[in-house]
Amino acid sequence: MTIQMEQAEQFSFNFQTETARISAGSGDELKLKLGEFTGPLDLLLFLIKQEQANIFDIPIARITDEYVSYIRFMKRLDIAVAADFIVMAATLIEIKSKMLLPREMSDEAEEDFEDPRKELADRLLEYEKFKAAAEMLYERTTIEQALFSRGQIESDENNAEINATVFDLLTVFQKILSRRKEEVQMEIHREEVSLAEMLRNLKRRIFQEGEINLLDFFTEMHTKRELVTAFIAVLEIVRTESVKLLQNTTFGDIILRKV
Amino acid sequence: MDFENDKLHRPAADLVAIVEALIFVADEPITAKLLSGILDEDRESIDAAVEELKKEYETRKSGLQIREIAGGWQISTRTEYHEEVRRFLKTRPSAKLSLASLETLAVIAYKQPVTVPEILEIRGVQSASAIKTLLEKRLIVTKGHKETVGRPVQYGTSRDFLIQFGLKDLTELPSIEDFEDLVQ
Repeated sequence: MTIQMEQAEQFSFNFQTETARISAGSGDELKLKLGEFTGPLDLLLFLIKQEQANIFDIPIARITDEYVSYIRFMKRLDIAVAADFIVMAATLIEIKSKMLLPREMSDEAEEDFEDPRKELADRLLEYEKFKAAAEMLYERTTIEQALFSRGQIESDENNAEINATVFDLLTVFQKILSRRKEEVQMEIHREEVSLAEMLRNLKRRIFQEGEINLLDFFTEMHTKRELVTAFIAVLEIVRTESVKLLQNTTFGDIILRKV
Repeated sequence: MDFENDKLHRPAADLVAIVEALIFVADEPITAKLLSGILDEDRESIDAAVEELKKEYETRKSGLQIREIAGGWQISTRTEYHEEVRRFLKTRPSAKLSLASLETLAVIAYKQPVTVPEILEIRGVQSASAIKTLLEKRLIVTKGHKETVGRPVQYGTSRDFLIQFGLKDLTELPSIEDFEDLVQ
């Protein structure tokens, strides 16, 4: 059940399901869901388990070959191989080369000798614990999704919707009006916007943006006449369309939101 | 006069009923401290009332249960009835976290406060997008900076983590060393 690149021609891919089936020479089928591995350690653990090898005695040459083949395989499928996977490949090759170096067989040297695989084995063991912990968390979410606490009870805090009265709207409107007054007015001839146009414009924006801050909307108006038209358009849209007015805090901004 | 004697002493049965009402209306798990403050009853009476309430629910095989979550109590439906509840609510289980996010969350839960390089060391892979997801879901929070080169941000789990994973507190998580025996 090893991934052998010579057999690449036999691979059949289904990109839509992102599932690759690898037909090995023995006829055994190895199903690999691409991207299934959360990281290089995860892939390494998978390869070691598949070989039924011991973490403390990793058949480093074989595992390295398989690991590198897997990465080549991912590249062949145009899957971006994360840099972390490459780093691990380099680590494996380094360990493999260290293992190939002859070492003295004297007793003293034997004692000093540290298995080049040890650090990797330790990391794998550490990682495996957290992988198991992640599975435990997954199980917990399954349980949590099967029970329900009651829905929210209406309180002032979570009930932002108000019947924003005409007076509230007028207050916002007056705020804008007074702000306009302070600014130096330059008389420029421009085409006035009709109520129908303003309504269309407002409708389009609400359905595109989902919500509009009335203060912003009014501020965009250039003349008093436009402001009045905008104000009437807001009244009209609240009356005729499925939009609602929200005010989160008293005297706060009023939001026009599509229902 | 002794201050203690000034306190309202409700009949035990009343207290059980009142505690039930407050746990019911609370948006989040309600703590013994909060209950005791609001009701002007000592912690022991509150604890006893909750215990009694739990027993009542169990004895009459209620569809509800009292659970201890994030240091407080919460009323929820029993898992056995999730199908019927879902049919009524017309909801499906929400999307679960990816394995990569769960792994990252596991590392943060057990190693907190923990920095990004420390998470990388354990997982062997960058966890930036997983951390982003966990922050967005408010399962983790930043816990200051580590006083080391670059003063990296440290992460820890939030109260929402306890609530969403149905945990009393962090000590309810099995010890990480227990998983060692499990994986061998």
